[in-house]
Amino acid sequence: MRPLAEIEVEIGSIAGTGDGAPERLLALAEEVLEHWIAARGEAPTGGQVEGFRLLALHRQGARGVPSFHACRETCREIAYHYNLLRLEPDAGLDEGRRRMMAMLTTHLALFVSGKMQVEGLGDFCCASRPLRMETNH
Amino acid sequence: MKAEYKRVAYYPGCALEGTGHAYNKSTREVGRALGLELDEVKNWNCCGAMEVKNVDPKVQTYLSSRVMSIAANEMGATVVMAPCNGCYHNLKKAEHDLAHDESSRAVVANISRKAGHETYRAGQVETIHALDWIKDGIGEEELQRRVKNSLKGLKIANYYGCMYTRPRHIFPEKDQGPASESTSKPHFMDDLLAAAGAENVDFPLKTSCCGGAHVLSDSDTSTRLVLNILRAAEAAGADVIATECPTCHSGLEMHQVRAEKVLGEKTKVRMLYFTQLLGIALGLAPRKLSVHENVSDGLELLKEKGLA
Repeated sequence: MRPLAEIEVEIGSIAGTGDGAPERLLALAEEVLEHWIAARGEAPTGGQVEGFRLLALHRQGARGVPSFHACRETCREIAYHYNLLRLEPDAGLDEGRRRMMAMLTTHLALFVSGKMQVEGLGDFCCASRPLRMETNH
Repeated sequence: MKAEYKRVAYYPGCALEGTGHAYNKSTREVGRALGLELDEVKNWNCCGAMEVKNVDPKVQTYLSSRVMSIAANEMGATVVMAPCNGCYHNLKKAEHDLAHDESSRAVVANISRKAGHETYRAGQVETIHALDWIKDGIGEEELQRRVKNSLKGLKIANYYGCMYTRPRHIFPEKDQGPASESTSKPHFMDDLLAAAGAENVDFPLKTSCCGGAHVLSDSDTSTRLVLNILRAAEAAGADVIATECPTCHSGLEMHQVRAEKVLGEKTKVRMLYFTQLLGIALGLAPRKLSVHENVSDGLELLKEKGLA
């Protein structure tokens, strides 16, 4: 598995390029999530959610880690931009859409690399703690 | 429109007395201009934010419940408005816990008794955000009617942050159809600023993490996350990022400066609270809305756009 920093560089390099960019960016986003899942000692799923492996990987990665939901919409927006580019191509809009898809993928990579760097980082996120913890009062 | 939003108990929270002072000031001024009344919760306390919650979530539930108890039992309020995403989130979480978890109810009852005030019971008040307050207290049509200084020509990326809509289950009123707020694509701020004449740009990072909670533990990650948000806003064509949370706002402003200093990456998009933007549209002076208190210099941009 190559370093996340290398993936980030590749995301930046393909941002403005044409034809294969949506597939490549989607694959890179999946690779980012594979890092997170593998680091937790699991095998990344090959399944799909709503037609996207990315969303299945996110669901797998968030299992037992509520703070990982903070990147849920980022993943969904990546999938949405992929759909826009592939199902509703528009010569006037596609360059901007590709750029935005790359920025979303970068955001996902930054978010995951932050969590990878500092073990337990999510515990500091307000949405991360289970709603009920057993404590004596 | 909801008549009960015309006069609400106001819970500013700690941030609005410090780094978010401009948000506090502009919220009060906009309320005054729109005829929406605020009764500040008496002797309010910290909502428990992140610090207490990380040590003991049930104590956080108690702290938030005390605020709601004062509003309900000492002020007779039925609605509490919290403009800070952190406070709003914590009060909502406390409401959820008290409605669904017996042990949380027992802890809150126990500490409330020791503290000598009435125990808050789930459902006594409705907690809302400043966005709900204006959207459902006044509405876009009325707001549009009152605009004196249209924001026309101002391109805005609306940034909601992650706590306004997460986790979904503590916001049962959201995702209830087109008129309600969406947890995946929030739009209340977009709606209000569009009514004020602004042009909202398509901004897919509107709920992305700004790294706000990691500022002290991992500043570099926060800076890079913010930088990506700022760049995306600029790529979307925005002049301004509108905010509705003091933590997000401070994070965007401070990491914009830090990104330039540490990474040599300069961005020029400006940050303004949505209440400051609405205030401008309502004809209030920027100083009255504390625009001069922002780190990010919005005044220059407002002048450039003929709005100040």
